[in-house]
Amino acid sequence: MSIPDGKPRKQIVLGAHLPGVNHHTVWQDPAAGSQIDVQSFAHLARTAERGFFDLFFLAEGLRLREHAGEIYENDVVGRPDTFTVLAALAGVTDHLGLAGTINTTFNEPYELAREFASLDHLSGGRAAWNVVTSFDAFTGANFRRGGYLDRSQRYERAEEVLIAVRALWDSWSSGEVLADSATGQFLARHGVGAFELHTNQFDVRGRFNVPRPPQGHPLVIQAGVSDQGREFASANADAIFSPFRRTEDAVPFYRDVKARAVRHGRLASDVKILPSAGVVLGDSVADAQEKARELTHQQVSPATALALAEQVWNRDLSQRDPEGPLPEFDADTTAAPRWRGRAVHDPDLNAVVARWREIAARGALNLRETVIEVTTRATFVGTPTTVADQLDDFVQNDGSDGFILHPPVVPTGLDEFVDTVVPLLQERGSLRTEYTGTTLRENLGLSPARAAQPA
Amino acid sequence: MSELHLSVALESTGWHPASWREPGARADELFTAAFWRDTVREAERGLFDLVTIEDALGLQGSHFGPSDDRTDRVAGRLDALLVAARLALVTTSIGLVPTVTTTHTEPFHVSKALATLDHVSSGRGGWRAQVSARAHEAELFGRRAVPTVSRETLSDPEVAAAVEDLFAEGRAVVDTVRALWDSWEDDAVVRDTASGRFVDRTQLHRVAVQTPWFSVLGPSITPRPPQGQPVVTALAHARTAYEFAAVSADVVFVTPHDTDDARQIVAEVRAAETAVGRVGPPLQVHADLVVALGSDAASARNRLDRLDTVDGEAFVSDALVVADSAAGLVERLLLWREASIEGFRFRPAVNATDLPALVDEVVPLLQSAGAFRRGYTGATLRDHLGLARPANRYAAI
Repeated sequence: MSIPDGKPRKQIVLGAHLPGVNHHTVWQDPAAGSQIDVQSFAHLARTAERGFFDLFFLAEGLRLREHAGEIYENDVVGRPDTFTVLAALAGVTDHLGLAGTINTTFNEPYELAREFASLDHLSGGRAAWNVVTSFDAFTGANFRRGGYLDRSQRYERAEEVLIAVRALWDSWSSGEVLADSATGQFLARHGVGAFELHTNQFDVRGRFNVPRPPQGHPLVIQAGVSDQGREFASANADAIFSPFRRTEDAVPFYRDVKARAVRHGRLASDVKILPSAGVVLGDSVADAQEKARELTHQQVSPATALALAEQVWNRDLSQRDPEGPLPEFDADTTAAPRWRGRAVHDPDLNAVVARWREIAARGALNLRETVIEVTTRATFVGTPTTVADQLDDFVQNDGSDGFILHPPVVPTGLDEFVDTVVPLLQERGSLRTEYTGTTLRENLGLSPARAAQPA
Repeated sequence: MSELHLSVALESTGWHPASWREPGARADELFTAAFWRDTVREAERGLFDLVTIEDALGLQGSHFGPSDDRTDRVAGRLDALLVAARLALVTTSIGLVPTVTTTHTEPFHVSKALATLDHVSSGRGGWRAQVSARAHEAELFGRRAVPTVSRETLSDPEVAAAVEDLFAEGRAVVDTVRALWDSWEDDAVVRDTASGRFVDRTQLHRVAVQTPWFSVLGPSITPRPPQGQPVVTALAHARTAYEFAAVSADVVFVTPHDTDDARQIVAEVRAAETAVGRVGPPLQVHADLVVALGSDAASARNRLDRLDTVDGEAFVSDALVVADSAAGLVERLLLWREASIEGFRFRPAVNATDLPALVDEVVPLLQSAGAFRRGYTGATLRDHLGLARPANRYAAI
């Protein structure tokens, strides 16, 4: 096991992502259970806690995905309300962090502050917020203000929301609820919860009605690799979901974000960097590779391959052969998007087309194989021992602080990892054998909460 | 006569402002899950149909204006819907009915949150829909102005019109929330491996609601709740609110002060149903009572007086305050039942004292009188209330 000289062994941070509503979730698997039954969520959360994970994580989608003007039928459709499920799960877990992805565009700061503070109280200090932003009128069609936010204002909005929410959490200090029946004093002072904020996005004032959360501030998680995103996250986030899973990209990102955090007056350890990771286990490496191949072909059926390719070409490809070559023509950059409600990471479609062609040429891949190569995420494939080694090496060499695992099957997809890989990580001294803190913040070894900082 | 429906309204440590200082009140645990779990399990021990959980967007003591800033009363609360959700997996039978405001909130979020409460509680979810006519709550959001409403200003036509508008919006919100619950037919998830389809989109429906206050396209992101539609309730004191309940609710909580008043209010509720052209089953009318129980009426009265002394003010309520023995209370309940009151929502003056008294004294007396269940017979809140699972408005007949 390689640990760079003189460095203390890092403890691997683990998160579990409930398989969501995209093609990564293989609902056709005979083991696949309900995507909505609370027992599915409870099983996964309890399994994560059995494996000493730090947190459980839910994604967001506020409008059902559409393809060619119709709701897309072939992936999992339907999900519960995030806050509500996390609150229920707080009742059947004791240590696991409960992280929800919640949009800053279609929620107001007062209700966000209230909901996260309430979740934090009801879970004894285990709430975390993955802050995301959107601007699209497509999603806005379900909300009072519609597609009100200009694309250029979405980061301003997100930043102002976070500042406002943290100001609300700070409007009560800890220890202000005395509840002293002998003296008859419930509150320590007059005027608790008072706030007033006037910014580009808000004019709000009044009295916040939830006492200070147990963590001070529930954790804030962000994604984002742009310079602006890195700057904001390194100043404000407790964890960053990183897209980098290869050492050559991951290590420079890690170093950059940690250095920025230090420049913002924080400890490098106060911001955790967590890429998502798919794990496929087998009795031998070859067995695991065969399972991974089967999994990716389940995830990307011929129909799914064409549908996903349509997101890039933005044209009807339903007559193409998914096992044939990539389309020879360019993307249609003028037509309305054929896919709605699915994240587009690069708005320059023809740049994506060029990248796909390069990948196809390099591996002599057909269209479906290219889609599999580009969109599936089985990062760690092997026996429990080789996977434990790879995960540990990646973390100890500063590729990340840990991983968000996304098992492809609900609800049992995490069982094998917890049964086989977790004990090996514990043997190596890289994963806790008991929860030592009370709150999520304590378990992650983070510094106490501080007010939001403008980037 | 049919059995009564009984529920408990939970407001912090009790409805009397001095309740938090009473022995066993656990006021220092008010913002923990354990406090709420134990309180609701106690109500469940009493076989109550449901608990409601009070909520408001603003801080206590600020009914129609800014906070009164007393430091000797409970201040602060947790989001009621999340409290209810937190209890879903640690209770088994009782209905969980949080208060959720229709003003300022997003109908889409409210709909999926209540649907999810129903999912996580396996069909025990409900909603006390509440309109916020509070200027200071509007300022918390800063998205619109609401005039200051009080008994004095209500005679101002502009203020009265603003209140009517808030209730009209409330109706539109509840209707939209219900439409979103129906936007998934019960069998929409097909999981058809042969065709590769997880869902049948012909069973998913746009709600395409357009109102003066908001538009929502739909469908919901959350499949139809186990009850089809969670139970909607509303507290009402006057015509505008009776009509809101008649349009929007399954159960209305009312506040009569004696038997004649009860009869009169039931008549007003029925008139409101006619006025709005209610379709479907009639509203179930439950009466709210604040209860302070004692071994006899005099000792109950003494308890209440003592609490008033501790607080420094005489306790007043919109609901009748009953300080009586269990037997005296039961006598009143059975009389009101003859005035067509179908259930009661008790507001314990002090949870620590009055909730166990309700469970251990009042419930057995009602059971002996054949007026209350001896065990839960159904699984869902609708089962407890005898309400049928509603048909889906979008399903082909």
